[in-house]
Amino acid sequence: MTSIESKLDELSADFADLGVRDRLTLLLEIAGELPSLPERYADHPDLLERVEECQSPVYLFVEVNGGLVNIFLTAPEEAPTTRGFASILHQLLDGHTVSEVLNAPEDLPDRLHLREAVSLLRINGLRGMLNRIKRQVREKSA
Amino acid sequence: MTVPADTHPKFSSYAHPEMLVSGEWLEANLNNPDVVIVESDEDVLLYDVSHIPGAVKIDWHTDLNQPVVRDYLQGPEFAELASRSGISRESTVVIYGDASNWWAAYALWVFKLFGHPDVRLLDGGREKWINDGRVVTKDKTEVEPTNYPVIDRDDVTDRAFRDQVLEHLGKPLVDVRSPQEYTGERTHMPNYPQEGALRAGHIPGAQSVPWSRAANEDKTFKSREELEEIYLVEKGLKADDDVIAYCRIGERSSHTWFVLKYLLGFTNVRNYDGSWTEWGSLVGAPIVQGEAPGVFSK
Repeated sequence: MTSIESKLDELSADFADLGVRDRLTLLLEIAGELPSLPERYADHPDLLERVEECQSPVYLFVEVNGGLVNIFLTAPEEAPTTRGFASILHQLLDGHTVSEVLNAPEDLPDRLHLREAVSLLRINGLRGMLNRIKRQVREKSA
Repeated sequence: MTVPADTHPKFSSYAHPEMLVSGEWLEANLNNPDVVIVESDEDVLLYDVSHIPGAVKIDWHTDLNQPVVRDYLQGPEFAELASRSGISRESTVVIYGDASNWWAAYALWVFKLFGHPDVRLLDGGREKWINDGRVVTKDKTEVEPTNYPVIDRDDVTDRAFRDQVLEHLGKPLVDVRSPQEYTGERTHMPNYPQEGALRAGHIPGAQSVPWSRAANEDKTFKSREELEEIYLVEKGLKADDDVIAYCRIGERSSHTWFVLKYLLGFTNVRNYDGSWTEWGSLVGAPIVQGEAPGVFSK
């Protein structure tokens, strides 16, 4: 599997190649790729953790199976930016090993070239999601 | 005013009924060339998902702010934004947005800093429009650029700066944040911790009136009678008081500024846009914690 670092570089380059408005279009496309929750979570929203750093309600749950991390994220349709962030993290981190996810770069949110397009304040929501994923991975792999 | 006001009976009791439009009115004016519809959201991508036909997008963070000096646009930049959005000085601008119209009210406030003559809010914003089953589209809006004049920003009438707030202590202040932010239990709004400050509490003398008290469940504004009950009767404010409203970054307090100025007819109400993110971290600025407004003796 391609490393998180290479996937991040690739995504980062994709955004960097675009003008500010087109970066938003790409983020929206990525938002559309966020997989829906499997039934076991869709029917049990209580199992999911709310990401308080995000302005819109976004919930996540991490599973660790045989040393591999699976990430489940959901956010309302009327919060496409948040869905875009969730989808980015899913694409970068899902299916990687515990240590790969824990070592995912802390400055990931700053490397996407989205600050100008969506503002620093909004990027902080992405940071919150990343931190909570790592925390759940630590708890569930301990 | 070239475009007639909405004569919806609910609005007639407000001090400035012409500042609001209903969904019915806007639907009837979708093709009116003198009306420019502006969507201003918390979520920067929401407009791109769908919007009212013909609407243009103006984003608070990326369009209205001047990041280098942490301020709003200057006259020439605002003229450029308005021109590329197809807004002329004569346009009737109708603004709506998500999150109870906070950002729409914020954008309206910025339009008023530039003295735009005719700018109105869609009562209930994006959510009510959609819940009422009115039409939205993904279609890109074709804009015919205009030539908006360069207007000096008026930072006196509707805007308060930190030094003015310091001098204002002793006069009415309205804190529109959540009760927990007001008392100092938390530095940020529930679910918005990224906008914290170094201290928690409120500006001395400020009364707590969370912005949401001015709104109905469906995000429309409460009736004049209900609003008077809150601000005049319960809080003892008077329409000729010198009032400053603040929140955390100035968006929720724009909503209250709109209520006080246009719905209740307050003649001297300003929005302190630096708000708690500035005051809470400002050297030399006194604060009060707890439920009482408190006082500060200079």
